[in-house]
Amino acid sequence: MSSEPLLSLENLSAHYVSQQGSRVVRAVDEVTLSLSAGGTLGIVGESGSGKSTLALTILRLLPPAARIVSGRMMFEGENLLDKSDTEMRHVRGKRIAMILQDPMASLNPLFSIGNQVGEPVRVHEGASRANAWKRAVGLLKAVRIASPETRVTQFPHEMSGGMRQRIVGAIGISCEPRLLIADEPTTSLDLTIQAQYLNLLRDLQREHGLALIFITHNLGIVAKMCDQLAVMYAGRVVEQGPVSQIFSAPVHPYTKALLGSIPRMTDNRDHLTAIEGQPPDLASLPPGCAFAPRCAMAFARCRVEAPPEFAVDEGRTARCWLAAPDAEAKATMMRSSVA
Amino acid sequence: MRQYILRRVGYSLVSLFLLSLVIFLFVRVTGDPVSLLVEPGASPEDIENMRRQFGLDRPLWVQYWHFMASLATGDLGLSFYYRTPVLELYFQRLPNSLLLAAVAMGLSLLIGIPSGILAAVRVGGFWDSAGKIFALLGLSLPSFWVGLVLILFFSVYLGWLPSSGSGTTLHLLMPAFTLGWYFAAAHMRLTRSSMLEVLGSEYIKLARLKGLPEALVIGKHAFKNALIPVITLAGINLVVMINVAVVVETVFAWPGIGRLLYEGITFRDFPIVQGVVIIGGGMIVLVNLLVDIFYALIDPRIRLES
Amino acid sequence: MTVTTHPVVATAPTPPTAFWRLQGFPLIPALILLFIAFVAVFADVLAPYDPQIGSLARRFRPPAWQEGGSLAHLLGTDHVGRDVLSRLIFGARVSMIVGITAVLVAGGIGTLLGIVSGYLGGWADQVIMRLTDTWLALPALTFAIFLAAIVGPSELNIILILGLVYWTRYARVIRGEVLSLKQREFVRLAIVAGCSKRVIMWRHILPNVINSAVVLATLMLGVVIVTEASLSFLGVGVPPPKPAWGLMMADGKKGLMVGYWWLTVLPGICIMLMVLSANLLGDWLRVKLDPQLRQL
Repeated sequence: MSSEPLLSLENLSAHYVSQQGSRVVRAVDEVTLSLSAGGTLGIVGESGSGKSTLALTILRLLPPAARIVSGRMMFEGENLLDKSDTEMRHVRGKRIAMILQDPMASLNPLFSIGNQVGEPVRVHEGASRANAWKRAVGLLKAVRIASPETRVTQFPHEMSGGMRQRIVGAIGISCEPRLLIADEPTTSLDLTIQAQYLNLLRDLQREHGLALIFITHNLGIVAKMCDQLAVMYAGRVVEQGPVSQIFSAPVHPYTKALLGSIPRMTDNRDHLTAIEGQPPDLASLPPGCAFAPRCAMAFARCRVEAPPEFAVDEGRTARCWLAAPDAEAKATMMRSSVA
Repeated sequence: MRQYILRRVGYSLVSLFLLSLVIFLFVRVTGDPVSLLVEPGASPEDIENMRRQFGLDRPLWVQYWHFMASLATGDLGLSFYYRTPVLELYFQRLPNSLLLAAVAMGLSLLIGIPSGILAAVRVGGFWDSAGKIFALLGLSLPSFWVGLVLILFFSVYLGWLPSSGSGTTLHLLMPAFTLGWYFAAAHMRLTRSSMLEVLGSEYIKLARLKGLPEALVIGKHAFKNALIPVITLAGINLVVMINVAVVVETVFAWPGIGRLLYEGITFRDFPIVQGVVIIGGGMIVLVNLLVDIFYALIDPRIRLES
Repeated sequence: MTVTTHPVVATAPTPPTAFWRLQGFPLIPALILLFIAFVAVFADVLAPYDPQIGSLARRFRPPAWQEGGSLAHLLGTDHVGRDVLSRLIFGARVSMIVGITAVLVAGGIGTLLGIVSGYLGGWADQVIMRLTDTWLALPALTFAIFLAAIVGPSELNIILILGLVYWTRYARVIRGEVLSLKQREFVRLAIVAGCSKRVIMWRHILPNVINSAVVLATLMLGVVIVTEASLSFLGVGVPPPKPAWGLMMADGKKGLMVGYWWLTVLPGICIMLMVLSANLLGDWLRVKLDPQLRQL
């Protein structure tokens, strides 16, 4: 709490509204998060929990059907929601960059690697074609691609998946951003390449003083890469705090279930399947806590009233009545668990 | 991939065979081949001679064999009217047809591609609706009517453009527009759907994440990708244009293959009609084959298949 | 923690819907088609003159509202003095009869071959599909001209020719639909119950593809009418002196250069109204009746 965080989201909500306005999907709901410069935040959750939408919300690149409904997004002391579209464009790629899930589809098949890697430099720094090309060679070197001088002249289909994802990473760091958001960047890579890529990202982070947001459903990666963790469920952050603390003493039953389902750090499962019950339908959430229907420890209040964020510890919160400080709630909990 | 291409070549050969069979049978079975293949006004001896020459007294399969043999040597018969081989006449007219088709294609792409992009970039917006109406009009207005109305305006009332004939650029304008207008609608629709598909792709998302201005996202990253299917269709349509220009060439008296076909009809010059149909069908089968092979070469999914 | 909450964007503006799709039924196109059908049926009563007989003394009269026109010939007269309005009215009959019957012929051939090809599969499917490919390689208009040159022009021949040229579109669509119907429960039950292939095709498959056939027919009506007009315009369609719209335009072309616009423009407008209406109605039907053909 000493220095101002690099990025802080305050009560951020983004909803999908159907054309008639009858269906509202709260893809991102009342999210409050912060990340300090150079820090690493992991965001985990099942698919559909809103983690990718959250990333696109930060960059204000939501699909047309979605709207940022409320909240603030403070980045380096400015509210990103106050920016014009043009100002926002100068944030993207230059101050906040993002790596997408699918390296095979992320590169345009019709342009050379050098062209695509050098593009942000040309747009944001007005570099000449020749300079951008030189920068592209350097960037490929930085992401440890062999013989970058020849690689820049090649096209995406001439590269392997791992190499393409490095190139996407090179594009991400091309303008030396302060924050890099990586949306499941390693899901489509095989294990060895995955490990290499994670090491690369960590080195880049150290060298460039990058803050990193790591979106994943792989808790092993979180343990390896991140110092902060936010667990998302049905569009909400249900628990957040330092990784070590959450791993050693999770508060929210959902977090407990997640940790229980991933015993080893090297586990590479694609889906968090071990939790019983169906993921919730975001368009028709239950009135109380969204996790209550699947929660083994749910009691009466959970089904009626959604829990607010309770401070659990220094820099730790959880959205669960079990974390409520007041005795009454705890007493209710005890009674229902006895019954 | 070799297997894939071989199969495509096989299909095309079957199509060409069926094409010749269909045309052959329609002439021999539905109509009276003598009246079609022998000049009108021929004497009974001449008719008897021709009957023997064409082998019309022989069994059908023998006749088909001869028909195919002459096709294979490029012999499509003599025109009654011009008294020259049909193939020769065809190649005389082909440059004119190509010129008209090329200009019409240029116009149709010039109209179709930008309007298709506008419609896709603003789906459901004004340009999208205007494009839909335009496409519907393109399909609903007979091209000869469009041609005649153009003549009425630009030749009769305004006197700006010659109503018929060829030779100058001015002569080209109206027929090319009339022919291109119908195809512009098709090219607009394809550009729109192809653009929509590209705009939903990951690399467009990445281009936006890079902070590129929207003009660059659309104009550089989306445009080139969205254009590939449109250019392919344009290639096919260029051949189709040559073969459907008959109405337009008739309206504007443009001396192309369509006009040749029209002369074939009005002078009851059946070898010309038959020749134009055979060459046209063959051309389209070939172009479809070329497009299939082209796609096999550029699309790795097809390359790996089979 | 201080929280400032401010809404950014409230609601999305509804994109303007094209007017004819607005809440479904395309009323005006339907009324236009009904009107043309009405005119076609009662042509004998409605037409003020015999459409095939004119008098050279009254040739090239302009429409009533133009200088030199008279109320006797509301829409003027043509190059042999025939009343244009009467010819347009009887032309509606020609277009309706040719259009509808040709679509029925094409639909009959195409639906039958589509069902057989889709349901039987195997070599029957191969043969029919190769035939369809071949057919599609022939440009429709050129093919129709070729056939017309063989059999000679007459109204009946034009109908048969158009049917023979356009069946392929039905065959393709219907075949695709049959392929998916084949996998459905009720067809399997019929097979288990021991129905013969013929019975299944007639009693179980056919009723389920009728919707698509109707939608296609409406969409094809426009195409067929334009082709008929083109053939007549080129002189291989409906033979003169019958009043077909395409033929009227071919005749009118001679007067165009001296400014007799009504001879070409008016039949063209009739064709356009009819084809546009059929297309709009077909478009609506496609969305309404046939979820499989619906693509956004």
